[in-house]
Amino acid sequence: MSVASQDTAIRTGRAVRVLIYLVLVLFSLFYLLPLYVMVVNSVKPLDEITGGGMMNLPQVFTIEPWLKAWSSAQIGVEPTGLSPYFWNSIKMVVPAVAISTVLGALNGYVLTKWRFKYDTILFGLMLFACFIPFQIVLIPMARMLGLMGLAGTTSGLVLVHVVYGIGFTTLYFRNYYAVFPTELIRAAQIDGAGFFQIFWRILLPSSGPIAVVSVIWQFTNIWNDFLFGASFAGADSQPMTVALNNLVQASHGVKEYNVHFAGAILAALPTLLVYIVAGRYFVRGLMAGSVKG
Amino acid sequence: MGFLDIDNTTKSYGSTEVLHKVDISVEEGEFLVLVGPSGCGKSTLLNMIAGLEEITSGEIRIKDEVMNGVHPSKRNIAMVFQSYALYPNMTVGKNITFGLEMHGTPKDERDKAMNDVAKLLQIEQLLDRKPGALSGGQRQRVAMGRALVRDPDVFLFDEPLSNLDAKLRVDMRTEIKKLHHKLGTTIVYVTHDQIEAMTLSTRIAVMNGGYVQQLGTPQEIYDTPANIFVATFMGSPAMNVVPAKVSVENGVPMARVALHDGSLTSLPFSQANMAEWDGKEILLGIRPETITDEDAADRKSGNIAHMTNRIVVTEPAGSDTFVTMTMGGRDVIARMRSDANVSPGIDFMFAVNMEKAVAFDPETEVRIAP
Repeated sequence: MSVASQDTAIRTGRAVRVLIYLVLVLFSLFYLLPLYVMVVNSVKPLDEITGGGMMNLPQVFTIEPWLKAWSSAQIGVEPTGLSPYFWNSIKMVVPAVAISTVLGALNGYVLTKWRFKYDTILFGLMLFACFIPFQIVLIPMARMLGLMGLAGTTSGLVLVHVVYGIGFTTLYFRNYYAVFPTELIRAAQIDGAGFFQIFWRILLPSSGPIAVVSVIWQFTNIWNDFLFGASFAGADSQPMTVALNNLVQASHGVKEYNVHFAGAILAALPTLLVYIVAGRYFVRGLMAGSVKG
Repeated sequence: MGFLDIDNTTKSYGSTEVLHKVDISVEEGEFLVLVGPSGCGKSTLLNMIAGLEEITSGEIRIKDEVMNGVHPSKRNIAMVFQSYALYPNMTVGKNITFGLEMHGTPKDERDKAMNDVAKLLQIEQLLDRKPGALSGGQRQRVAMGRALVRDPDVFLFDEPLSNLDAKLRVDMRTEIKKLHHKLGTTIVYVTHDQIEAMTLSTRIAVMNGGYVQQLGTPQEIYDTPANIFVATFMGSPAMNVVPAKVSVENGVPMARVALHDGSLTSLPFSQANMAEWDGKEILLGIRPETITDEDAADRKSGNIAHMTNRIVVTEPAGSDTFVTMTMGGRDVIARMRSDANVSPGIDFMFAVNMEKAVAFDPETEVRIAP
């Protein structure tokens, strides 16, 4: 870290700097405390937790709770662990993220480069999707899924998440493509490229930063969703979040806190992974277009 | 019928007509420049030829085929854009061959065409680079390569040099002219720069407010501008336009023009028909280079008039010295040799080549002589 780096806008004295770091460290400790509690307790035997001392490091280190949470814990009535639900979530998230991102990109492309009458009004209406609370649509959506024969299926969940996600992804891509030079589209038209060829060959390859934003946003939201999962999923299509709830809320037997902690971390890992892999592109993508390079 | 016909073409957005009945016929191999201030409709007209904007009424034909409603890619045209519009995700080579690929040309033919064009434009060493790694001049060449490789009927250039710095612009101008000589293709070129228009074109269409003000060779446009707008737009410094009164003295029509102190001088017209304007007000147009000192006056001219006027400002510009004086209440600029013995504040005898003078009707601003 270069203390006197040239792009620091404000110069500060040594004392102020120490104070700033002190405050930052304190806040990050405070922020990381729950994670610490989860991690240390997930690798302890149960009696160490029930004996008190939640903040202590484990005396006996064990990965048993993790294995149990993954493959043998009682979820509902079956002792399957979280693993089948993890794959349910993957089967739901991957297509939902992919479809909503591609559709958002397509919408952004049409709304900026194939302008038509009332397109801004249409875009404004699409933005409503970002502001409608989930609870409002539960009953009509259940009815629609029933009519379409998708009730209780993974495909139904994918549809729900795609519909809800399009508002956001369209917003991202529209604003990104608004500053994409229209002359490029015209050049491609003269070159003989059609609507989809321009999209696939010219526009999408230049959309890296905003695609990352869209994927992270959608992945996090859909993976973490509980309400739609709990409302629309069938027994064999429940996502991870619902299964975690069933694990923790089990009303019989001993409460295995170490297994619960391990399960909760397992449920949070994929979003964490996405952030770690693509996170640095996230801010870059959000800033894209705002400053001319 | 020409090679490219723009026939009574108009363009409207809603109820506003931005282009009024444009009529231009371009012969094969011609270099037509559309020039005018921003908002005059020149780019709109070019986009209509390209098929990027619809034609509201009238017809555009290429090789006698009506192009109204034909997709841009089916018109056999190629266009060079102001921002070059190179595809940022493709290499230079891909950029050049993308159009061929879209038209279904086989790979080996594409590569051959690409290499030919790269050789012609001397960009062979750039073929594997991305546009982001190129300088402005190199991007310009690639953009031209992309247009050339298609071997189109008509080339369209939309202000292709305006993003380059001054020196490179002059170099590329020469380059484009050389290319036109070598290939002999038909070119329509849009610019707001009148020097580009004069140097490049075989014919110029001067546009303003959605109208073609004048269509002609550079020499015609320069020597006999159709109206005041063309006269003052083309040429740098602009043509001097001063109010004058016509009076016939001894059978010769004269322009009576007020000098710096209000006294009148008589400048004889070369055109006898100016006698019809006897006693009437006109606007007299005199190019700066036709006002000189006695020694530099054009010896071939049969009509050199003299006048003594006070010099207000002198601006030495190396090769020439620009001298400002007052005529008819307006600033008038004379372009003198750099060694002319002039200085501000003195009364100096100027020689005016009246053979080159132009007269305009002050009401309609249309040229009445020659």
